[in-house]
Amino acid sequence: MNGRDTILPHVRKALAAKTCESVRGAEEPMPDAEAFRAWLPAVGRDYKSHKRLFAEHATALRTDFRVVADREAMLDEITRLAKAEGWKKVGSHGGALTDAASNATALPICRTDDGYDVGDLESCDAGISACEALIAQTGSVLITSRSSGGRALSILPPHHVVLAKREQMLPDMVAGYAMLREKYGGTYPSLVSFITGPSRTGDVERILVLGAHGPKKLTVLLMES
Amino acid sequence: MNVHLKQFNEATRAITPDFPYRRWMQNALKGYEQTRAATESRYSDLEAARRGAAQIKWDAIEHLDTYLEEFVRNLEAHGTKVCWARDAEEARRYILDVCRKHKAKSIVKSKCMTSEEIHLNELLEAEGFEVVESDLGEFIVQLLKEPPYHFVFPAMHLKRDRISQVFHDRLGSEQSDDPEELTMIARRVLRQKYVEADIGFSGANFGIAETGMISITENEGNARLATSLPKVHIALMGIEKVIPKLEHLALFLQMLATAGTGQALSCYNSVISGPRRSDEPDGPEELHVVLLDNCRTALLADPEQRDALRCIRCGACLNTCPIFKNIGGHTYGTTYQGPIGSVITPHLRGLQEWKHLSYASSLCGACTATCPVKIDLHHHLLRNRRNAVDDAPAFSEKSMFKAFALAMRHPGLYRLAGKLARPFLWLSRPLQGTLLDPVRKWRRTRELPVPARQTFKDYWEARRK
Repeated sequence: MNGRDTILPHVRKALAAKTCESVRGAEEPMPDAEAFRAWLPAVGRDYKSHKRLFAEHATALRTDFRVVADREAMLDEITRLAKAEGWKKVGSHGGALTDAASNATALPICRTDDGYDVGDLESCDAGISACEALIAQTGSVLITSRSSGGRALSILPPHHVVLAKREQMLPDMVAGYAMLREKYGGTYPSLVSFITGPSRTGDVERILVLGAHGPKKLTVLLMES
Repeated sequence: MNVHLKQFNEATRAITPDFPYRRWMQNALKGYEQTRAATESRYSDLEAARRGAAQIKWDAIEHLDTYLEEFVRNLEAHGTKVCWARDAEEARRYILDVCRKHKAKSIVKSKCMTSEEIHLNELLEAEGFEVVESDLGEFIVQLLKEPPYHFVFPAMHLKRDRISQVFHDRLGSEQSDDPEELTMIARRVLRQKYVEADIGFSGANFGIAETGMISITENEGNARLATSLPKVHIALMGIEKVIPKLEHLALFLQMLATAGTGQALSCYNSVISGPRRSDEPDGPEELHVVLLDNCRTALLADPEQRDALRCIRCGACLNTCPIFKNIGGHTYGTTYQGPIGSVITPHLRGLQEWKHLSYASSLCGACTATCPVKIDLHHHLLRNRRNAVDDAPAFSEKSMFKAFALAMRHPGLYRLAGKLARPFLWLSRPLQGTLLDPVRKWRRTRELPVPARQTFKDYWEARRK
């Protein structure tokens, strides 16, 4: 007999006895995601306040958050970053913005979407990727394996650079999930991840250290037009 | 005396007089309290959020059969292989089979308490596999061959010199007293392990029924790496982790982070809905999800205490528990420490063997007050005590209560007992805590108040005259 045919009947049998009222309390209606908004941290109504909140979180999280006016300014910023940090190779993936950005560095590129070698990606100084959204409420970057060059690009190189557009700024996680649902319907990408700051740990005496296993640096470039 | 109680008593006696250590532990948790309070103050209505989270978890547990079926159907629809494991042995056998089938040499693990519950590492190592814990805290305690001290902060009891020493001894690294340098030593060592590993292993914080996804929360990125690079990903989760909808994560992930570490959100919150899809550049070729019962259905069958299955393992009840802060995590001798561990361990591993944990409580209720899903923790400790007594009453206690009941029913007897008790208490004072004391265990650390000169009844009557 397989486990399924024992466990499920066990569960049903266990649930045949109703939960004690004294423990359960009054049954309230199941809240929907809209209700969460009245409970979780407030986010403000417009793009300006969302951007401000994201910047606030970025400072606390030590995310390097830079707002750039347009495409040209973004490419300049990438070039400056590459030079300042002495990058020798970048990882990236196909896409109008990511192609332009990785080409702007004039460095060798490891593109994850045409079959890559893990060692090659590991030796990149930065991974440049697009994202699904930015989440103001928590200062997070929302990525998926489809929109951001697969699973490893955003976690393996020591510096993750995210390219985002103004319309990708969303107020909260509820909006993030709603966006994913609308975009992907029944078939989600195999990985969906909220990235909130550079990799961190507090496992040595509860003292914060960045870059435990994932990127030590996270740069978010927000293009306003 | 059972071995678990003996171990508990010995460990408690060793740790309680160690004031510097206790103070150090309490200081370590003070930082958590402060950040958590600051993060909580940003919530628009934290109490409503707790009520809402509690409600969703109740729904999930009370319809567990429906949600489990839906969860598994959706997982399988996207190419995930699912194993229903009735107990630790079945889970271990399945995981071992997958490792053997792929001729794996090394397995890189991200933090998973459920795997501690089934003693997976011991088995895999005995079978000749290299098993590497990749969460920094877990990596450290693995090198020391110790169990995790706290199910969220596994190495919180270790000072940096101890960590530096074990790195030096086991990895050959230079000594350092800088937490950043120590972290980088582990980073360098583990980087290579991810690339080489044949199998990535993880737990799951939530399973989402509606979409067939497992949700993994972490700060370091080790779970992201372990589920990206190796060709096979095995995830082990308890059956109680299923929640109905994807959107529910918007609430749970934030509350988990706030209650667990004081963060607004943990660094990486990922949901995985299957192996690499054909149009994706990378990811494992196989995903196995092992659903573990291991006595969870027995706890579910308890209409009073199934409540405890709503736990999201944030660890907040440990961080606020005065007992945990004073006796530390290893003293419990369990996979799950602190109040939640004391509540569920008797259900998972035997009431009589583990009932002592329910007595190691001041019943202050700090755990219940802090629980993000409002589990009635301290009352469950009382229920465990009651059940343990009902199940196997202790002779001494039973006779004591019989005598008490008798005295309460017969005023003459009550008066007589009161009169006799007074000189007896006086006479027994020099015996306090000595071998001749019949209630030595209790009086060894407690002093009875000096008995009053007259009974209350005598006093009252004298006054009325």
